[in-house]
Amino acid sequence: MSGAISGYLVFAWSGVLLFGLGLFGFIAHRHLLRRLLAFNIMGSGAFLVLVGLAQDGRGVDPVPHAMVITGIVVAVASTALALVVFRRWYRASGRTDLPEDT
Amino acid sequence: MDWNSLILLGVLATSLVASGVIFLLAESRLVLRTVVNLTAAVLKLVLVGWIVWGVYQAIEYEFRFTIIEGVDFILRADALGIMFVGLSSLLWLFTTIYAIGYLEKAPNRSRFFGFFSLCVASTVGIALAGNLFTFLLFYELLTLSTYPLVVHRGTRESLRAGQVYLYYTLGGGALLLFGVVALHVLIGDTEFVPGGSLAGLDPSLHPMLIIIFLMMVIGLGVKAALFPLHAWLPMAMVAPAPVSALLHAVAVVKAGAFGIARVVYDVYGIEFAQSLGLLMPLAVVASITIIYGSLRALAQTDLKKRLAFSTVSQVSYIVLGISLFGPIGAVGGLMHLLHQGLMKITLFFCAGNYAETLGVHKISELDGAGERMPATSVAFTLGAFGMIGIPPMAGFISKWYLGIGALEAQMNWVLGILILSSLLNAAYFLPILYRIWFRKRDRMWCEGKVLGRFETQASLLFPTLFTAAVALAAGILAGMPFSPLYWAELIVGREYLQ
Amino acid sequence: MIGLWSVPLLFALPLSLGILSLLVVPAWRPRLIFIGLPLLVAASLDVLAGLATIGPHVYRLGDWAAPLGINLVVDGLAVGMILMTTLVTSLCALYAWVYLRDHPTSTTFFWPLLWFLWAGMNGIWLAEDIFNLYVGLEVMGLAAVGMVALRATPQALAAAMRYLLAALLGSLAYLLGVALLYGAYGTLSMAGLQEVAANNATTQVALALIILGLLLKTALFPLHAWLPPAHGGALTPVSALLSALVIKASFYILLRFWLVLGPEITPEFTAQFLGVLGAGAVFYGGWMAWRQHHLKQLVAYSTVAQIGYLFLFFPLVTNTGPEAQRLAWDGTLMMLIAHALAKAALFLSAGNLILAVGSPQISHLVGISRFRPMSLFSFGLAGVSLMGLPPSGGFTAKWLLLHSAILSGQWWWLIVLFLGGLLSAAYIFKVFRMSFREGPQIDRSVTPPLTLDVTALILASAAILIGLTAHLPLHWLRLGSVFGVS
Repeated sequence: MSGAISGYLVFAWSGVLLFGLGLFGFIAHRHLLRRLLAFNIMGSGAFLVLVGLAQDGRGVDPVPHAMVITGIVVAVASTALALVVFRRWYRASGRTDLPEDT
Repeated sequence: MDWNSLILLGVLATSLVASGVIFLLAESRLVLRTVVNLTAAVLKLVLVGWIVWGVYQAIEYEFRFTIIEGVDFILRADALGIMFVGLSSLLWLFTTIYAIGYLEKAPNRSRFFGFFSLCVASTVGIALAGNLFTFLLFYELLTLSTYPLVVHRGTRESLRAGQVYLYYTLGGGALLLFGVVALHVLIGDTEFVPGGSLAGLDPSLHPMLIIIFLMMVIGLGVKAALFPLHAWLPMAMVAPAPVSALLHAVAVVKAGAFGIARVVYDVYGIEFAQSLGLLMPLAVVASITIIYGSLRALAQTDLKKRLAFSTVSQVSYIVLGISLFGPIGAVGGLMHLLHQGLMKITLFFCAGNYAETLGVHKISELDGAGERMPATSVAFTLGAFGMIGIPPMAGFISKWYLGIGALEAQMNWVLGILILSSLLNAAYFLPILYRIWFRKRDRMWCEGKVLGRFETQASLLFPTLFTAAVALAAGILAGMPFSPLYWAELIVGREYLQ
Repeated sequence: MIGLWSVPLLFALPLSLGILSLLVVPAWRPRLIFIGLPLLVAASLDVLAGLATIGPHVYRLGDWAAPLGINLVVDGLAVGMILMTTLVTSLCALYAWVYLRDHPTSTTFFWPLLWFLWAGMNGIWLAEDIFNLYVGLEVMGLAAVGMVALRATPQALAAAMRYLLAALLGSLAYLLGVALLYGAYGTLSMAGLQEVAANNATTQVALALIILGLLLKTALFPLHAWLPPAHGGALTPVSALLSALVIKASFYILLRFWLVLGPEITPEFTAQFLGVLGAGAVFYGGWMAWRQHHLKQLVAYSTVAQIGYLFLFFPLVTNTGPEAQRLAWDGTLMMLIAHALAKAALFLSAGNLILAVGSPQISHLVGISRFRPMSLFSFGLAGVSLMGLPPSGGFTAKWLLLHSAILSGQWWWLIVLFLGGLLSAAYIFKVFRMSFREGPQIDRSVTPPLTLDVTALILASAAILIGLTAHLPLHWLRLGSVFGVS
């Protein structure tokens, strides 16, 4: 696969960039809500990679689209669970970050 | 599967089932527990007697099934194994009777007897094992079932002794495991065959075989209390007397020595072991242990500790016999497996009697015990004479054969070791006998027990007298069939005629 | 029809029961196990029968062809995992049914989460394509996190949060790897990848991401930090399920990837590196377990240690002979299964002991051998398997791995296996020493119900029995794999 900066791969590379940004945020931030947001950005990055890599002229490929939709559903469920756990944690401990370093 | 294989399982099952039942019984069900214990012991003895008769008539007993490809679980009754299992079963019965009496009113008896039975099951498994894998399986099971017995009293000393015991035995077990797996890699399943199965291997493998032998002997030597792996044994004396009796006369130390016999005779083969130069170092280590044990025994003031070091010394006679190249030495060593068991258990029973009835733990307190407890003291004397090697006790016969065997193997220095060790034995046993019989007691005995007609409880006295009598009989009647001498000659005959 | 009706049922049924349990009144939720357990046991046995008669095969869901349809793989490994899951989960469910009577607030969500967990796990064992593995991982992972959070204490919630963050990070790394693989090769199925995969940069990056993500989820040292609080701080049946089964799922996926993309693509360095990490896990986990004062934390660190053994698989099958590879496969799977049974038994009996003395501290177990011999016995049997002492599944596994290590000439793993065994003896006997010690008794008049002890004992006995009867299970596990030719 040549031409790393060819048209359709822009999306894939942006996806990687987003993933990297999200990863950095996930690790660096302490506030749990920010980490959750970072996780969602990472997820979006991964989806973008999926969709981006699928546009290489193979025609309309339904499989990556199906994967992305599934992925979005999973991300929603994960975020929802994370929020529930976070809320309970906040109520129980009054903190917005986890004790001691991860 | 026919009756012959099932009977082997039956021997194992008697103590396994007894163990399980006892664990489930409540602490207070004294009578039921006693019944289960004794029934199982008697049943086992009957089954073993049956098998002994069968082996005498050259009937084959075998049970096997496949664990994983290339590794079988094998139980087999051959002459060497049956000798050991006979000793274990007989002594289990008497130790059970003794323990029931000794632990009267002690706490945690269900736990004790459950693990006790498991311990005997492991020993039987070791004796009947038909290959190294099965041997290893029961060898480790023995470690696991004896630990609770060592720490039974729950005091800090007991727990410390248990910890040291584990360090040594689990470490030894790991080395043994390495040796067994390595052999499996080299030649596959190593069944016990008289004359061994390794002689025909490619000479390039010999260095590897030497290393494997070393590993296995260290692993087995821990339980056999070879110097310098013996340190756990005196520490384990904190356990109750029945435990010391069982562990040190029957189960653990004998298992180690038995294992060494199996490895030398039935895995490597005596001729091959000699050609690899393995026997001389073994003889040296055994000799060092013999002298070391006796010297340490001299220095002890506690009776059980002195007996413990005596065990360290005496078990090495067996290993010495194995390492003497020649049938007579081998007969001496193997006979001593039985003789030492009988004599040592008698001595430990007596020590327990003195402790329980008179509150005596130190040798210096034994003055005049012969007057107060004559029957026990006679038994003690017989055992002591056997240890020293005075005829007609059985110990004399073993030492005699060992001496002749040493001359035959042209290791004359061993003769010196034997003589020196007998002198040392005399040096640490005769003073005790002198105190017991010839010194007068200057204080009153502190007695806490109200006793019946006999000098101590019947359940403590009769096993002691019985084992002493058998030890005496083994010496006097050595020429008869089914004596230890007879069995040892049978085994060695089959080994050396390869 | 043998072997066919059961395959989709294995994840459809738990899924339906999960949804059903959300619709039902909380008091009725536990009772669904009386419908679910018998059916799932029957389904598991049926799929085994199917494997034995039809042989290993691929099952097409609804007869739709891939890639739009979902393919399920039924081979020895998958069936083995399914049976293990059914056995352990059934017994833990029975345990939970009795145990949770004292925790009514947890009951509400425990049962739905249990069914979803089961569905996720079965989905993973059966999945034939790498994206379904992702879905299964997520379903299982979220259910597991939810179960950890059931116990509403701050520590449990923090542990659940940490677990969730680790799980999400791992899954996303995995997903990115999947995305790269699909972009490169246009196929998601394992069989397809095996045919077309080539050793280029994309594949290596993708595989690295996937491996990293799965290592995080399997809590391999040094990525293990989330495990002890989560497994040690959860409710007892939850701890058992997590340590026995959930942690194995990500390892299973790693195994599948390794078998498919194989040694042609992953360099030998990776294999040895994984082995070294495994060794680190064995030593670090063992040492930390020994230092714990809290019984369930001890057991949790034991999991960290035992996971390390599983990773010896990779160096032992790379560039070694077929005999060594087969032994490594047998040994690793036996270790996996024996650990699942023993660890579940260990957690359940630890829970019983804690109930008996009313305290999670090990030092409070003084003299317990007198009062709770059955719990201690289960703990002991399970401990025997974990230490790798005979006769047990752990010993048979250790034997097989030792054999493989010697045969392949990789002597250094022997040290890991031996020292690991001694370390585990140290922490198991630490508990025993306490229990044999005589001291002031903490005498509670509470006698926990018999079911709790019996389930633990059954699991512990199974761990022992599988060691003695290993021949047939190992033979089945090899069906359909490259090691099937012995």
